[in-house]
Amino acid sequence: MSAELQDLYQEVILDHNRQPRNFRVLEGGRKAEGANPLCGDRLTVYVRIENDVIADVGFRGAGCAISKASASLMTESVKGKSVADANALFARFQQMITAPQDGPVEPLGKLTALAGVRQFPVRVKCASLAWHTLHAAIATPDEVVSTE
Amino acid sequence: MTPVALASHATLDVEAIRRDFPLLQRHVHGRPLVYLDNAATTQKPQQVIDRLVRFYSSENANIHRGVHLLSVEATDAYDHARERVRQFLHAAEAREIVFVRGATEGINLVASTFGRAHVGPGDEIVISEMEHHSNIVPWQRLCEAKGARLRVIPITDEGELQLEAYETLLGSRTRLVAVTHVSNALGTVNPVAAIVQMAHARGIPVLVDGAQAVAHMPVDVQAIGCDFYVFSGHKLFGPTGVGVLFGRAALLEAMPPYQGGGDMIRSVAFDETTYNEIPYKFEAGTPNIAGVVGLAAAIEYLTALGFDRVQAYEHSLLVHGTAALQEIDGLRLTGTASRKAGILAFVVDGIHPHDLGTILDRDGIAIRAGHHCCQPLMTRLGVPATARASLALYNTKQEIDALVTSLRGAQAVFA
Repeated sequence: MSAELQDLYQEVILDHNRQPRNFRVLEGGRKAEGANPLCGDRLTVYVRIENDVIADVGFRGAGCAISKASASLMTESVKGKSVADANALFARFQQMITAPQDGPVEPLGKLTALAGVRQFPVRVKCASLAWHTLHAAIATPDEVVSTE
Repeated sequence: MTPVALASHATLDVEAIRRDFPLLQRHVHGRPLVYLDNAATTQKPQQVIDRLVRFYSSENANIHRGVHLLSVEATDAYDHARERVRQFLHAAEAREIVFVRGATEGINLVASTFGRAHVGPGDEIVISEMEHHSNIVPWQRLCEAKGARLRVIPITDEGELQLEAYETLLGSRTRLVAVTHVSNALGTVNPVAAIVQMAHARGIPVLVDGAQAVAHMPVDVQAIGCDFYVFSGHKLFGPTGVGVLFGRAALLEAMPPYQGGGDMIRSVAFDETTYNEIPYKFEAGTPNIAGVVGLAAAIEYLTALGFDRVQAYEHSLLVHGTAALQEIDGLRLTGTASRKAGILAFVVDGIHPHDLGTILDRDGIAIRAGHHCCQPLMTRLGVPATARASLALYNTKQEIDALVTSLRGAQAVFA
Protein backbone atom coordinates (compact mmCIF):
# COMPACT_ATOMS: atom_id res chain seq x y z
CA MET A 1 0.00 0.00 0.00
CA SER A 2 1.25 3.49 -0.86
CA ALA A 3 2.47 5.91 1.81
CA GLU A 4 -0.43 8.26 1.01
CA LEU A 5 -2.98 5.50 1.62
CA GLN A 6 -1.31 4.51 4.88
CA ASP A 7 -1.47 8.15 5.90
CA LEU A 8 -5.17 8.37 4.99
CA TYR A 9 -6.34 5.10 6.48
CA GLN A 10 -4.25 5.19 9.65
CA GLU A 11 -5.26 3.19 12.69
CA VAL A 12 -7.04 6.10 14.45
CA ILE A 13 -9.31 6.58 11.42
CA LEU A 14 -10.05 2.87 11.04
CA ASP A 15 -10.80 2.62 14.76
CA HIS A 16 -13.24 5.55 14.72
CA ASN A 17 -14.83 4.09 11.58
CA ARG A 18 -15.36 0.72 13.27
CA GLN A 19 -16.44 2.17 16.59
CA PRO A 20 -17.62 5.73 16.13
CA ARG A 21 -17.78 7.74 19.36
CA ASN A 22 -20.92 9.65 20.36
CA PHE A 23 -22.80 7.68 17.70
CA ARG A 24 -26.21 8.43 19.15
CA VAL A 25 -29.31 10.54 18.91
CA LEU A 26 -29.50 13.42 21.37
CA GLU A 27 -32.97 14.33 22.57
CA GLY A 28 -33.96 17.89 23.29
CA GLY A 29 -31.14 19.63 21.45
CA ARG A 30 -30.64 21.03 18.02
CA LYS A 31 -29.92 18.95 14.95
CA ALA A 32 -29.06 19.26 11.29
CA GLU A 33 -28.81 16.81 8.43
CA GLY A 34 -25.81 16.73 6.13
CA ALA A 35 -25.56 15.02 2.75
CA ASN A 36 -22.81 14.39 0.26
CA PRO A 37 -24.66 13.78 -3.02
CA LEU A 38 -21.48 12.52 -4.69
CA CYS A 39 -21.39 9.32 -2.67
CA GLY A 40 -24.80 9.32 -1.02
CA ASP A 41 -23.42 9.87 2.49
CA ARG A 42 -26.00 11.20 4.94
CA LEU A 43 -25.54 12.04 8.57
CA THR A 44 -27.40 13.89 11.29
CA VAL A 45 -25.52 15.90 13.90
CA TYR A 46 -27.20 16.54 17.26
CA VAL A 47 -25.94 19.24 19.58
CA ARG A 48 -27.01 20.61 22.96
CA ILE A 49 -25.76 24.08 23.77
CA GLU A 50 -25.79 25.48 27.30
CA ASN A 51 -24.54 29.00 28.03
CA ASP A 52 -22.85 29.14 24.64
CA VAL A 53 -20.94 25.95 25.37
CA ILE A 54 -21.37 22.65 23.48
CA ALA A 55 -22.62 20.58 26.41
CA ASP A 56 -23.21 17.45 24.34
CA VAL A 57 -22.91 16.38 20.74
CA GLY A 58 -23.70 13.19 18.82
CA PHE A 59 -24.26 11.94 15.30
CA ARG A 60 -25.96 9.15 13.35
CA GLY A 61 -25.83 8.16 9.74
CA ALA A 62 -24.04 6.14 7.08
CA GLY A 63 -20.96 7.07 5.15
CA CYS A 64 -17.44 6.22 4.13
CA ALA A 65 -14.67 5.66 6.66
CA ILE A 66 -13.39 9.21 6.27
CA SER A 67 -16.74 10.91 6.86
CA LYS A 68 -17.62 8.61 9.77
CA ALA A 69 -14.24 8.89 11.47
CA SER A 70 -14.20 12.63 10.94
CA ALA A 71 -17.65 12.97 12.52
CA SER A 72 -16.59 10.81 15.44
CA LEU A 73 -13.35 12.74 16.02
CA MET A 74 -15.24 16.00 15.71
CA THR A 75 -17.70 15.11 18.46
CA GLU A 76 -14.80 14.28 20.77
CA SER A 77 -12.94 17.48 20.05
CA VAL A 78 -15.78 20.00 20.30
CA LYS A 79 -17.55 18.66 23.37
CA GLY A 80 -17.13 21.17 26.22
CA LYS A 81 -15.85 23.91 23.91
CA SER A 82 -17.55 27.27 23.49
CA VAL A 83 -19.35 27.78 20.19
CA ALA A 84 -16.73 30.37 19.21
CA ASP A 85 -13.88 27.96 19.95
CA ALA A 86 -15.60 25.18 17.99
CA ASN A 87 -16.02 27.50 15.01
CA ALA A 88 -12.36 28.47 15.19
CA LEU A 89 -11.40 24.79 15.32
CA PHE A 90 -13.54 24.12 12.22
CA ALA A 91 -11.63 26.86 10.37
CA ARG A 92 -8.26 25.38 11.35
CA PHE A 93 -9.43 21.87 10.47
CA GLN A 94 -10.59 23.08 7.06
CA GLN A 95 -7.18 24.71 6.57
CA MET A 96 -5.40 21.50 7.50
CA ILE A 97 -7.29 19.21 5.10
CA THR A 98 -6.94 21.62 2.18
CA ALA A 99 -3.27 22.49 2.81
CA PRO A 100 -0.72 21.90 0.02
CA GLN A 101 -0.15 18.16 -0.42
CA ASP A 102 3.57 18.16 0.35
CA GLY A 103 3.71 21.06 2.82
CA PRO A 104 3.92 20.87 6.64
CA VAL A 105 0.83 20.38 8.79
CA GLU A 106 -0.01 22.41 11.87
CA PRO A 107 -0.87 19.82 14.54
CA LEU A 108 -4.48 19.84 15.66
CA GLY A 109 -4.58 17.23 18.42
CA LYS A 110 -6.52 14.09 17.56
CA LEU A 111 -7.81 15.75 14.42
CA THR A 112 -4.30 15.61 12.97
CA ALA A 113 -5.11 12.00 12.07
CA LEU A 114 -7.16 13.43 9.20
CA ALA A 115 -4.28 15.45 7.73
CA GLY A 116 -3.78 12.67 5.17
CA VAL A 117 -6.96 13.80 3.46
CA ARG A 118 -5.04 16.70 1.88
CA GLN A 119 -3.38 14.13 -0.44
CA PHE A 120 -6.86 13.18 -1.71
CA PRO A 121 -8.68 16.35 -2.83
CA VAL A 122 -11.83 14.44 -3.83
CA ARG A 123 -12.15 13.21 -0.24
CA VAL A 124 -12.05 16.66 1.40
CA LYS A 125 -15.85 16.81 1.24
CA CYS A 126 -16.09 13.52 3.15
CA ALA A 127 -13.91 14.88 5.95
CA SER A 128 -15.70 18.20 6.21
CA LEU A 129 -19.31 16.97 5.98
CA ALA A 130 -19.80 16.53 9.74
CA TRP A 131 -18.28 19.94 10.47
CA HIS A 132 -20.54 21.71 8.00
CA THR A 133 -23.48 19.89 9.51
CA LEU A 134 -22.49 20.83 13.06
CA HIS A 135 -22.14 24.42 11.92
CA ALA A 136 -25.63 24.28 10.45
CA ALA A 137 -27.07 22.71 13.59
CA ILE A 138 -25.65 25.52 15.68
CA ALA A 139 -26.52 28.34 13.28
CA THR A 140 -29.87 27.34 11.85
CA PRO A 141 -31.47 24.34 13.52
CA ASP A 142 -33.26 21.67 11.50
CA GLU A 143 -31.73 22.41 8.16
CA VAL A 144 -30.36 19.99 5.59
CA VAL A 145 -26.90 20.99 4.42
CA SER A 146 -25.09 19.68 1.42
CA THR A 147 -21.40 19.68 0.56
CA GLU A 148 -22.21 20.19 -3.12
CA MET B 1 -11.56 3.34 -41.30
CA THR B 2 -11.06 -0.39 -40.79
CA PRO B 3 -9.68 -1.05 -37.32
CA VAL B 4 -6.19 -2.42 -37.40
CA ALA B 5 -7.35 -4.79 -34.70
CA LEU B 6 -9.55 -6.75 -37.09
CA ALA B 7 -8.45 -10.32 -36.60
CA SER B 8 -8.86 -13.05 -39.14
CA HIS B 9 -9.93 -15.70 -36.66
CA ALA B 10 -13.16 -15.95 -34.78
CA THR B 11 -12.03 -14.43 -31.49
CA LEU B 12 -11.32 -10.84 -30.64
CA ASP B 13 -7.65 -9.83 -30.81
CA VAL B 14 -7.78 -7.82 -27.61
CA GLU B 15 -4.09 -6.94 -27.51
CA ALA B 16 -4.39 -5.37 -30.96
CA ILE B 17 -7.59 -3.57 -29.93
CA ARG B 18 -5.85 -2.16 -26.87
CA ARG B 19 -3.18 -0.64 -29.13
CA ASP B 20 -5.97 1.28 -30.90
CA PHE B 21 -6.80 3.11 -27.66
CA PRO B 22 -3.95 5.49 -26.77
CA LEU B 23 -5.36 6.30 -23.33
CA LEU B 24 -5.09 2.68 -22.24
CA GLN B 25 -1.30 3.05 -22.36
CA ARG B 26 -1.44 5.57 -19.50
CA HIS B 27 -0.11 5.05 -16.02
CA VAL B 28 -2.01 6.25 -12.94
CA HIS B 29 -0.23 6.78 -9.61
CA GLY B 30 2.74 5.00 -11.20
CA ARG B 31 0.71 1.90 -12.06
CA PRO B 32 -0.60 0.78 -15.46
CA LEU B 33 -4.17 2.03 -15.85
CA VAL B 34 -6.92 -0.57 -15.40
CA TYR B 35 -9.96 1.23 -16.74
CA LEU B 36 -13.15 -0.35 -15.43
CA ASP B 37 -15.47 2.67 -15.58
CA ASN B 38 -16.82 2.12 -19.06
CA ALA B 39 -20.45 2.54 -18.08
CA ALA B 40 -19.55 6.14 -17.19
CA THR B 41 -17.72 6.71 -20.44
CA THR B 42 -15.60 4.65 -22.81
CA GLN B 43 -12.14 5.50 -24.10
CA LYS B 44 -11.69 6.46 -27.76
CA PRO B 45 -9.82 4.56 -30.46
CA GLN B 46 -7.25 6.43 -32.56
CA GLN B 47 -9.61 6.01 -35.54
CA VAL B 48 -12.21 8.25 -33.86
CA ILE B 49 -9.60 10.76 -32.64
CA ASP B 50 -8.13 10.93 -36.15
CA ARG B 51 -11.56 11.45 -37.66
CA LEU B 52 -12.18 14.47 -35.41
CA VAL B 53 -8.76 15.90 -36.25
CA ARG B 54 -9.36 15.38 -39.96
CA PHE B 55 -12.77 17.06 -39.79
CA TYR B 56 -11.44 20.14 -38.03
CA SER B 57 -8.19 20.20 -40.04
CA SER B 58 -9.62 19.98 -43.52
CA GLU B 59 -13.42 19.66 -43.65
CA ASN B 60 -14.93 22.08 -41.13
CA ALA B 61 -17.91 24.13 -42.38
CA ASN B 62 -21.51 24.63 -41.36
CA ILE B 63 -24.12 22.32 -42.83
CA HIS B 64 -27.35 22.88 -44.78
CA ARG B 65 -26.25 26.45 -45.48
CA GLY B 66 -23.62 27.42 -47.96
CA VAL B 67 -23.35 26.72 -51.66
CA HIS B 68 -19.61 26.46 -51.27
CA LEU B 69 -17.78 23.16 -51.55
CA LEU B 70 -16.79 22.85 -47.89
CA SER B 71 -20.37 23.24 -46.74
CA VAL B 72 -21.53 20.67 -49.25
CA GLU B 73 -18.88 18.22 -48.04
CA ALA B 74 -19.70 18.81 -44.37
CA THR B 75 -23.39 18.31 -45.12
CA ASP B 76 -22.58 15.09 -46.95
CA ALA B 77 -20.50 13.82 -44.02
CA TYR B 78 -23.32 14.69 -41.61
CA ASP B 79 -25.96 12.99 -43.76
CA HIS B 80 -23.71 9.98 -44.22
CA ALA B 81 -23.40 9.71 -40.42
CA ARG B 82 -27.18 9.73 -40.10
CA GLU B 83 -27.43 6.89 -42.58
CA ARG B 84 -24.68 5.02 -40.69
CA VAL B 85 -26.67 5.34 -37.45
CA ARG B 86 -29.81 4.17 -39.23
CA GLN B 87 -28.02 0.99 -40.30
CA PHE B 88 -26.57 0.56 -36.82
CA LEU B 89 -30.02 0.65 -35.19
CA HIS B 90 -31.72 -1.08 -38.14
CA ALA B 91 -34.22 1.75 -38.38
CA ALA B 92 -36.47 1.83 -41.45
CA GLU B 93 -35.59 5.38 -42.52
CA ALA B 94 -32.75 7.84 -41.93
CA ARG B 95 -35.25 10.61 -41.12
CA GLU B 96 -36.14 8.64 -37.97
CA ILE B 97 -32.66 9.44 -36.58
CA VAL B 98 -32.43 12.72 -34.65
CA PHE B 99 -29.04 13.92 -33.43
CA VAL B 100 -29.05 15.22 -29.86
CA ARG B 101 -26.44 15.88 -27.15
CA GLY B 102 -26.84 12.46 -25.56
CA ALA B 103 -29.34 9.95 -24.20
CA THR B 104 -30.41 12.47 -21.55
CA GLU B 105 -31.38 15.06 -24.12
CA GLY B 106 -33.13 12.41 -26.20
CA ILE B 107 -35.36 11.50 -23.28
CA ASN B 108 -35.98 15.15 -22.42
CA LEU B 109 -36.92 15.82 -26.03
CA VAL B 110 -39.56 13.09 -26.00
CA ALA B 111 -40.82 14.09 -22.53
CA SER B 112 -41.28 17.69 -23.54
CA THR B 113 -42.64 17.29 -27.09
CA PHE B 114 -44.49 13.97 -27.04
CA GLY B 115 -45.53 14.87 -23.51
CA ARG B 116 -46.85 18.26 -24.51
CA ALA B 117 -48.93 16.73 -27.29
CA HIS B 118 -50.21 13.54 -25.68
CA VAL B 119 -50.12 13.69 -21.88
CA GLY B 120 -52.84 15.33 -19.78
CA PRO B 121 -54.27 15.38 -16.24
CA GLY B 122 -54.81 11.90 -14.81
CA ASP B 123 -52.67 10.23 -17.47
CA GLU B 124 -49.86 7.87 -16.50
CA ILE B 125 -46.25 7.28 -17.51
CA VAL B 126 -44.73 3.90 -16.63
CA ILE B 127 -41.02 3.64 -15.78
CA SER B 128 -39.06 1.08 -13.73
CA GLU B 129 -37.35 0.94 -10.37
CA MET B 130 -33.95 0.46 -12.01
CA GLU B 131 -33.97 3.62 -14.13
CA HIS B 132 -31.13 6.14 -14.24
CA HIS B 133 -32.14 9.59 -12.97
CA SER B 134 -32.18 10.72 -16.60
CA ASN B 135 -35.10 8.35 -17.26
CA ILE B 136 -36.93 9.41 -14.09
CA VAL B 137 -36.64 13.17 -13.69
CA PRO B 138 -37.86 14.25 -17.18
CA TRP B 139 -41.02 12.17 -16.63
CA GLN B 140 -41.47 13.52 -13.11
CA ARG B 141 -41.28 17.05 -14.46
CA LEU B 142 -43.76 16.20 -17.20
CA CYS B 143 -46.15 14.64 -14.67
CA GLU B 144 -45.88 17.69 -12.41
CA ALA B 145 -46.57 20.06 -15.29
CA LYS B 146 -49.51 18.04 -16.61
CA GLY B 147 -51.05 16.62 -13.45
CA ALA B 148 -50.12 13.14 -14.65
CA ARG B 149 -48.89 10.23 -12.55
CA LEU B 150 -45.66 8.23 -12.57
CA ARG B 151 -46.07 4.45 -12.15
CA VAL B 152 -43.04 2.31 -11.33
CA ILE B 153 -42.35 -1.32 -12.35
CA PRO B 154 -40.86 -3.13 -9.33
CA ILE B 155 -37.77 -5.33 -9.57
CA THR B 156 -36.83 -8.64 -7.95
CA ASP B 157 -33.96 -9.04 -5.48
CA GLU B 158 -31.85 -10.35 -8.36
CA GLY B 159 -32.44 -7.13 -10.25
CA GLU B 160 -34.95 -8.23 -12.88
CA LEU B 161 -38.15 -6.45 -13.83
CA GLN B 162 -41.33 -8.02 -12.48
CA LEU B 163 -43.19 -8.44 -15.74
CA GLU B 164 -46.48 -9.54 -14.18
CA ALA B 165 -46.55 -6.40 -12.06
CA TYR B 166 -45.63 -4.42 -15.17
CA GLU B 167 -48.60 -5.74 -17.05
CA THR B 168 -50.99 -4.71 -14.27
CA LEU B 169 -49.62 -1.15 -14.44
CA LEU B 170 -50.67 -0.81 -18.08
CA GLY B 171 -54.10 0.76 -18.32
CA SER B 172 -56.33 3.07 -20.28
CA ARG B 173 -54.53 6.11 -18.84
CA THR B 174 -51.00 4.91 -19.70
CA ARG B 175 -49.56 7.25 -22.33
CA LEU B 176 -45.99 5.96 -22.51
CA VAL B 177 -43.66 3.30 -21.12
CA ALA B 178 -40.00 4.31 -20.64
CA VAL B 179 -37.52 1.60 -19.62
CA THR B 180 -33.82 0.98 -19.84
CA HIS B 181 -32.44 -1.67 -22.19
CA VAL B 182 -29.50 -2.44 -19.88
CA SER B 183 -29.28 -1.22 -16.27
CA ASN B 184 -26.22 0.96 -15.61
CA ALA B 185 -26.13 -0.07 -11.95
CA LEU B 186 -27.01 -3.78 -12.17
CA GLY B 187 -26.12 -4.85 -15.71
CA THR B 188 -29.52 -6.46 -16.18
CA VAL B 189 -30.53 -6.86 -19.82
CA ASN B 190 -34.26 -6.23 -19.89
CA PRO B 191 -36.59 -8.19 -22.19
CA VAL B 192 -37.44 -5.04 -24.12
CA ALA B 193 -39.19 -6.79 -27.01
CA ALA B 194 -41.63 -8.47 -24.59
CA ILE B 195 -42.11 -5.17 -22.74
CA VAL B 196 -42.94 -3.44 -26.02
CA GLN B 197 -45.30 -6.22 -27.05
CA MET B 198 -47.33 -5.94 -23.85
CA ALA B 199 -47.58 -2.17 -24.21
CA HIS B 200 -48.41 -2.29 -27.91
CA ALA B 201 -51.20 -4.77 -27.23
CA ARG B 202 -52.85 -1.80 -25.49
CA GLY B 203 -51.76 0.79 -28.03
CA ILE B 204 -49.13 2.30 -25.71
CA PRO B 205 -45.83 3.54 -27.19
CA VAL B 206 -42.50 2.60 -25.59
CA LEU B 207 -39.20 4.48 -25.18
CA VAL B 208 -36.08 2.37 -24.60
CA ASP B 209 -32.96 3.92 -23.01
CA GLY B 210 -30.08 2.23 -24.82
CA ALA B 211 -27.21 4.17 -23.23
CA GLN B 212 -25.73 1.02 -21.65
CA ALA B 213 -26.67 -1.39 -24.45
CA VAL B 214 -25.21 -0.08 -27.70
CA ALA B 215 -21.54 -0.82 -26.92
CA HIS B 216 -22.30 -4.39 -25.92
CA MET B 217 -24.92 -5.88 -28.26
CA PRO B 218 -26.45 -5.37 -31.68
CA VAL B 219 -29.62 -3.28 -31.49
CA ASP B 220 -32.48 -3.69 -33.93
CA VAL B 221 -35.20 -1.18 -33.16
CA GLN B 222 -37.58 -2.89 -35.58
CA ALA B 223 -37.09 -6.28 -33.92
CA ILE B 224 -37.52 -4.70 -30.48
CA GLY B 225 -40.51 -2.86 -31.87
CA CYS B 226 -39.93 0.22 -29.72
CA ASP B 227 -41.20 3.64 -30.71
CA PHE B 228 -38.24 5.61 -29.34
CA TYR B 229 -34.66 4.54 -28.64
CA VAL B 230 -31.93 6.79 -27.24
CA PHE B 231 -28.18 6.43 -26.76
CA SER B 232 -25.04 8.53 -26.17
CA GLY B 233 -22.01 8.54 -28.45
CA HIS B 234 -19.43 8.71 -25.67
CA LYS B 235 -20.46 5.35 -24.19
CA LEU B 236 -19.86 3.81 -27.64
CA PHE B 237 -16.21 4.88 -28.08
CA GLY B 238 -17.36 8.13 -29.72
CA PRO B 239 -17.05 11.78 -28.69
CA THR B 240 -18.93 13.39 -25.80
CA GLY B 241 -21.77 15.80 -26.53
CA VAL B 242 -23.43 13.77 -29.25
CA GLY B 243 -26.19 11.20 -29.06
CA VAL B 244 -29.13 9.80 -30.94
CA LEU B 245 -32.88 9.71 -30.63
CA PHE B 246 -34.59 7.19 -32.86
CA GLY B 247 -38.31 7.79 -33.21
CA ARG B 248 -40.85 6.18 -35.50
CA ALA B 249 -41.57 8.62 -38.32
CA ALA B 250 -45.32 8.81 -37.70
CA LEU B 251 -44.77 9.69 -34.03
CA LEU B 252 -42.01 12.22 -34.74
CA GLU B 253 -44.18 13.91 -37.35
CA ALA B 254 -47.05 14.28 -34.89
CA MET B 255 -44.81 15.82 -32.21
CA PRO B 256 -44.30 19.58 -31.86
CA PRO B 257 -40.72 20.87 -32.28
CA TYR B 258 -38.31 20.80 -29.34
CA GLN B 259 -36.26 23.98 -29.56
CA GLY B 260 -36.75 26.91 -31.91
CA GLY B 261 -34.02 28.26 -34.15
CA GLY B 262 -32.25 27.84 -37.43
CA ASP B 263 -32.54 24.64 -39.49
CA MET B 264 -35.78 23.55 -37.81
CA ILE B 265 -37.96 25.92 -39.83
CA ARG B 266 -39.19 25.98 -43.39
CA SER B 267 -40.12 29.65 -43.41
CA VAL B 268 -40.33 32.34 -40.78
CA ALA B 269 -42.51 35.42 -40.81
CA PHE B 270 -43.48 37.41 -37.75
CA ASP B 271 -47.07 36.19 -37.96
CA GLU B 272 -46.35 32.55 -38.78
CA THR B 273 -43.53 30.05 -38.88
CA THR B 274 -43.76 26.72 -40.66
CA TYR B 275 -41.55 23.95 -39.42
CA ASN B 276 -39.12 21.83 -41.36
CA GLU B 277 -39.70 18.13 -41.93
CA ILE B 278 -38.31 15.45 -39.60
CA PRO B 279 -35.61 15.03 -38.43
CA TYR B 280 -34.59 18.68 -39.01
CA LYS B 281 -37.62 19.90 -37.04
CA PHE B 282 -35.84 18.62 -33.91
CA GLU B 283 -32.34 19.86 -34.75
CA ALA B 284 -32.48 23.58 -34.12
CA GLY B 285 -29.23 25.50 -34.46
CA THR B 286 -25.84 24.34 -35.65
CA PRO B 287 -25.48 20.77 -34.39
CA ASN B 288 -22.35 19.05 -33.08
CA ILE B 289 -21.17 18.32 -36.62
CA ALA B 290 -17.71 17.04 -35.67
CA GLY B 291 -19.28 14.95 -32.91
CA VAL B 292 -21.73 13.37 -35.33
CA VAL B 293 -18.95 12.59 -37.80
CA GLY B 294 -16.86 11.15 -34.94
CA LEU B 295 -19.81 9.06 -33.78
CA ALA B 296 -20.08 7.54 -37.25
CA ALA B 297 -16.37 6.65 -37.06
CA ALA B 298 -16.95 4.98 -33.68
CA ILE B 299 -19.82 2.94 -35.10
CA GLU B 300 -17.61 1.91 -38.03
CA TYR B 301 -14.93 0.81 -35.58
CA LEU B 302 -17.25 -1.21 -33.39
CA THR B 303 -19.23 -2.89 -36.15
CA ALA B 304 -16.07 -3.83 -38.05
CA LEU B 305 -14.96 -5.82 -35.00
CA GLY B 306 -18.18 -7.81 -35.21
CA PHE B 307 -20.78 -7.93 -32.47
CA ASP B 308 -20.72 -11.74 -32.35
CA ARG B 309 -17.10 -11.67 -31.26
CA VAL B 310 -17.55 -8.66 -28.99
CA GLN B 311 -20.46 -10.28 -27.18
CA ALA B 312 -18.77 -13.64 -26.82
CA TYR B 313 -15.63 -12.01 -25.46
CA GLU B 314 -17.43 -9.69 -23.04
CA HIS B 315 -19.54 -12.59 -21.81
CA SER B 316 -16.36 -14.52 -21.00
CA LEU B 317 -15.08 -11.50 -19.05
CA LEU B 318 -18.34 -11.23 -17.13
CA VAL B 319 -18.33 -14.94 -16.26
CA HIS B 320 -14.70 -14.75 -15.15
CA GLY B 321 -15.33 -11.59 -13.12
CA THR B 322 -18.47 -12.93 -11.48
CA ALA B 323 -16.69 -16.10 -10.35
CA ALA B 324 -13.57 -14.24 -9.18
CA LEU B 325 -15.52 -11.67 -7.18
CA GLN B 326 -17.74 -14.28 -5.58
CA GLU B 327 -14.65 -15.94 -4.15
CA ILE B 328 -14.00 -12.86 -2.01
CA ASP B 329 -15.38 -13.32 1.51
CA GLY B 330 -17.77 -10.56 2.51
CA LEU B 331 -18.37 -9.41 -1.05
CA ARG B 332 -21.92 -9.40 -2.35
CA LEU B 333 -22.79 -8.79 -6.00
CA THR B 334 -25.68 -6.41 -6.54
CA GLY B 335 -27.43 -7.45 -9.72
CA THR B 336 -27.48 -11.15 -10.43
CA ALA B 337 -30.00 -11.27 -13.26
CA SER B 338 -29.89 -14.23 -15.60
CA ARG B 339 -29.12 -11.94 -18.55
CA LYS B 340 -26.45 -9.34 -17.85
CA ALA B 341 -24.08 -7.16 -19.84
CA GLY B 342 -20.95 -5.30 -18.88
CA ILE B 343 -21.53 -4.58 -15.19
CA LEU B 344 -20.04 -6.06 -12.01
CA ALA B 345 -21.54 -4.11 -9.11
CA PHE B 346 -20.94 -5.09 -5.50
CA VAL B 347 -20.70 -4.15 -1.87
CA VAL B 348 -18.04 -5.35 0.58
CA ASP B 349 -18.76 -5.86 4.28
CA GLY B 350 -17.32 -3.12 6.46
CA ILE B 351 -15.88 -1.05 3.62
CA HIS B 352 -17.81 1.81 2.08
CA PRO B 353 -17.64 1.82 -1.75
CA HIS B 354 -16.09 5.28 -1.66
CA ASP B 355 -13.15 3.96 0.36
CA LEU B 356 -12.81 1.05 -2.07
CA GLY B 357 -12.72 3.55 -4.93
CA THR B 358 -9.87 5.50 -3.33
CA ILE B 359 -7.80 2.41 -2.52
CA LEU B 360 -8.32 0.88 -5.98
CA ASP B 361 -7.40 4.18 -7.63
CA ARG B 362 -3.98 4.06 -5.97
CA ASP B 363 -3.49 0.69 -7.65
CA GLY B 364 -4.30 2.31 -10.99
CA ILE B 365 -7.80 0.79 -11.09
CA ALA B 366 -10.65 3.10 -12.10
CA ILE B 367 -14.10 2.05 -10.90
CA ARG B 368 -17.21 3.99 -9.95
CA ALA B 369 -18.39 4.21 -6.36
CA GLY B 370 -21.68 5.80 -5.44
CA HIS B 371 -25.36 5.67 -6.28
CA HIS B 372 -24.77 5.65 -10.05
CA CYS B 373 -27.53 8.24 -10.57
CA CYS B 374 -29.98 5.56 -9.39
CA GLN B 375 -30.97 6.68 -5.91
CA PRO B 376 -34.39 4.97 -5.98
CA LEU B 377 -32.67 1.72 -6.96
CA MET B 378 -30.15 2.05 -4.11
CA THR B 379 -33.09 2.49 -1.73
CA ARG B 380 -34.66 -0.67 -3.18
CA LEU B 381 -31.38 -2.57 -2.70
CA GLY B 382 -31.09 -1.23 0.84
CA VAL B 383 -27.58 0.18 0.33
CA PRO B 384 -26.41 3.82 0.27
CA ALA B 385 -24.02 3.09 -2.56
CA THR B 386 -22.27 0.31 -4.47
CA ALA B 387 -18.92 -0.16 -6.17
CA ARG B 388 -19.13 -0.82 -9.88
CA ALA B 389 -16.63 -2.25 -12.31
CA SER B 390 -17.96 -1.82 -15.83
CA LEU B 391 -16.44 -3.59 -18.80
CA ALA B 392 -15.67 -2.81 -22.40
CA LEU B 393 -14.32 -4.92 -25.23
CA TYR B 394 -10.72 -3.82 -24.48
CA ASN B 395 -10.68 -5.12 -20.90
CA THR B 396 -8.88 -8.34 -20.02
CA LYS B 397 -9.12 -11.15 -17.49
CA GLN B 398 -5.78 -9.96 -16.11
CA GLU B 399 -7.38 -6.60 -15.36
CA ILE B 400 -10.22 -8.28 -13.50
CA ASP B 401 -7.66 -10.29 -11.55
CA ALA B 402 -5.90 -7.01 -10.68
CA LEU B 403 -9.25 -5.72 -9.40
CA VAL B 404 -9.67 -8.80 -7.22
CA THR B 405 -6.13 -8.48 -5.82
CA SER B 406 -6.68 -4.81 -5.03
CA LEU B 407 -10.02 -5.57 -3.33
CA ARG B 408 -8.29 -8.12 -1.11
CA GLY B 409 -5.71 -5.42 -0.33
CA ALA B 410 -8.50 -3.06 0.72
CA GLN B 411 -9.90 -5.77 2.97
CA ALA B 412 -6.49 -6.17 4.59
CA VAL B 413 -6.43 -2.42 5.34
CA PHE B 414 -9.87 -2.54 6.93
CA ALA B 415 -9.44 -5.90 8.66
